[in-house]
Amino acid sequence: MFEFLSVLWFFLIFVLIAGYFVLDGFDLGIGVLSPFIAKNDGERAVLRRAIGPVWDGNEVWLLTAGGALFAAFPNAYATTFSGFYLAVMLVLFGLIVRAVSFEFRAGDPAWGKLWDGCFFVGSLLPALLLGVAVGNIFAGIPMDAAGDYAGVPLLGLITPFTLLTGLLGLVMFLAAGAAWAALKAPLPSELQARAAALRMPLQVIALALFAVVSVFALALVGQEMDPNLAVLRWLFAALVVVGLGASIAVGRFQGDDAKAFLAQSAAMIALVALLACSMFPTLVNAVPDSVGPAITLANAASSELSLTWMTIILCVGLPLVLAYHVIIYRTFRGRVKPEDLTHY
Amino acid sequence: MEAFADVAVLSRIQFALTVAYHFLFVPLSIGLGLILAINETRYYRTRKPEDAAATKFWVKIFTATFAIGVATGITMEFSFGTNWANYSRFVGDIFGAPLAAEALFAFFLESMFLGVLLFGRKRVSPKFYMVSAWLVWAGSCLSALWILIANSWMQTPAGAELNAEGTEAVITDFFSAAFNPSIFARYTHTVDALLIMGAFVAMAVAGWYMLKGRHADFAMKTMRIAAVVGIVTSCAMIVFAHASAVVVWNEQPTKLAMMEGMYDSEVPPLYAVGIVDEETQEVIAPFAIPGGTSFLATGNFDTEYPGLNELAQTEEYGAMVVEDMPVNLVFQSYHLMVAMYGLIMLTSILVLVFTFRGGRIAKMRWLQWAAVLSPLWPFIAIQTGWITAEVGRQPWVVYPSVTGPEGVELLTADGISMSVSSVELWVTLALFVLVYAVLLVGWARVIGRFIKEGPVTDGEGPLDAQLGDAAPAAAAADGAEVVAVEEAVEVAAADAGDAKGGE
Repeated sequence: MFEFLSVLWFFLIFVLIAGYFVLDGFDLGIGVLSPFIAKNDGERAVLRRAIGPVWDGNEVWLLTAGGALFAAFPNAYATTFSGFYLAVMLVLFGLIVRAVSFEFRAGDPAWGKLWDGCFFVGSLLPALLLGVAVGNIFAGIPMDAAGDYAGVPLLGLITPFTLLTGLLGLVMFLAAGAAWAALKAPLPSELQARAAALRMPLQVIALALFAVVSVFALALVGQEMDPNLAVLRWLFAALVVVGLGASIAVGRFQGDDAKAFLAQSAAMIALVALLACSMFPTLVNAVPDSVGPAITLANAASSELSLTWMTIILCVGLPLVLAYHVIIYRTFRGRVKPEDLTHY
Repeated sequence: MEAFADVAVLSRIQFALTVAYHFLFVPLSIGLGLILAINETRYYRTRKPEDAAATKFWVKIFTATFAIGVATGITMEFSFGTNWANYSRFVGDIFGAPLAAEALFAFFLESMFLGVLLFGRKRVSPKFYMVSAWLVWAGSCLSALWILIANSWMQTPAGAELNAEGTEAVITDFFSAAFNPSIFARYTHTVDALLIMGAFVAMAVAGWYMLKGRHADFAMKTMRIAAVVGIVTSCAMIVFAHASAVVVWNEQPTKLAMMEGMYDSEVPPLYAVGIVDEETQEVIAPFAIPGGTSFLATGNFDTEYPGLNELAQTEEYGAMVVEDMPVNLVFQSYHLMVAMYGLIMLTSILVLVFTFRGGRIAKMRWLQWAAVLSPLWPFIAIQTGWITAEVGRQPWVVYPSVTGPEGVELLTADGISMSVSSVELWVTLALFVLVYAVLLVGWARVIGRFIKEGPVTDGEGPLDAQLGDAAPAAAAADGAEVVAVEEAVEVAAADAGDAKGGE
């Protein structure tokens, strides 16, 4: 039972991460794209309104994933959050200034430039650094005997591979942002046209980066991957390509923004699934000359009773959460209309 | 100056700073969430435009406050891993689940239905809107429950045991851990304090408009709601505060000894004010009721209680160094909290009486001023109350409570992150001070603006005018809309000008 629960929670953590990457992914992407595709305050307001009712709930996926990691695999939570200290703090400061920028921007036009800047920087930092963090736990970090990070703070986390994973993450978020903006901006409008035009090039770059990162990853840790999951890995890798390709196709030839967004989201889910199947059963990899061992299911999982209660909590909570999502996304479906822009 | 390089000291400073800051805004949003929901229920019944305007006013104040509470709350969830990695490893089996449950059961509820309050007035039915207001408030109360379960478990551990290696606490009984000895007292005590805070802020806003002679109808309605919520929560506090004190008496002897400045065993008296001289280990107080604290906790005037020096001789509390204990800080915090409660009760009674006796408060300038200043009392009480609770359990982060399981305890200094250096901590401390200061200024500007603008019906406010400038771009598809929106903007701008001229 313990073995089953720990495996279950390994994949559930990635389910929560996928939820975060898909949902907050598009609003982080919009934050980064905002200065480039919005030409005036009006267009910026449309973009903010496109994510206004949902961004806060989207961000809760990160808090849920963080809490679940803490509960299910305390060692992995402790080692990564303390080991990546300055990087985590940069993500945190980004999320903080971003969270307040929405309301403060609306309530304080005189300081609008500051809060617009916070929205951009606050979106860029997590959008870039989350991918760098994933690159590190995937490629491995040096650890001491107690399981603490033993490398150089911050700079030690930046290698060619982790930079590439950071870029891949960023471009995937940007593509999702462009897809969401194209879906929500008024039609026809210049803003919508710009977002739709940007979607495809971003997805092409994402495909190219995905190919490079995959080859790099196979060279780095290819031998250590669980052979039983090889089929799933090929499947999810193919789905990443198919999802992005399909999104490009329906976006370009049918002009269907909803399908283009859904296919982009499917590609994101497939990417996280591929990551999970490539890492299993390791949560935080160790570099070859690391003193301490990698953090795996075997040495990081909480007790059977704790995992049982977590499963019960999730079984009660997740259906509720999904119901809220259906209600809220249905309530705010459709493109942003002029009359939506009067706040409250 | 070893403290400047001590990771444990710096991490404690960072945690204290960020959690105290977070707890400036959480009480406001949980307290005002109730005021907001009551207001919206009134609108649901009356359907008067001015009641909708009142809700809109509170939604704006609530949301700006909630945003900063959310933002600074992420800091707290991350901080266990970033700054307290060894603590996280020790308690993860128990402490993580409430955090995950908090996100799953509470954060989603409040943040998603807040979207409805913000953007949904014209999209959902009045009933849905009202229910959303109550759901947001329920979500915030649930969030308080889960995080206080986590905190209470650290104060009075239960349902756990030390693992065989002695390296971590392992859960043995989920319900005992969740419903540990201090959770009920702590939850009711805390949430009631937050509701007092909300009521007093509503009083302050109403009092301010009375002083300025603006929005008389809104001010009086708000004062009535605040007076009722204020008196109910203030009276209930007697029960909850007493329950909390009894739990400390029974479970956390070193905290109780610090609260009353007891170095040596004695029958604890009751002080109103005083100073603890930590050198001579004596309390200097103008007067004391002999055996008063003993009576409050046990019903007898002569129950003896161990002092810090005796407790330091015991196995359970031997890790404490009496000379290093911050006794005066805990003593002052505790007594300041109690003193603030006196002011809270007095304000509640005065506001209640003069609001409901023919609305005489509308003409009593001194009482209006008292209402404007009144949020200071719960604000100070909340902060000093938490200082009492958190500094009072030092030097432990997981406290060896009287009924706690053997060995389930952790010294704060043993909970730190080994991979974080003091240099990194100085960098982040500086960043926190900077960023949080900017946030505070930004928040004050926004709230000040909202209060100046006051409750306004749709399309009237200067803020609506400013937001109106966003509309033309969106309306580009529809020429007629553009004209209509531009007209609305002009009208609103003219209104704003008038309002300025009138002041």
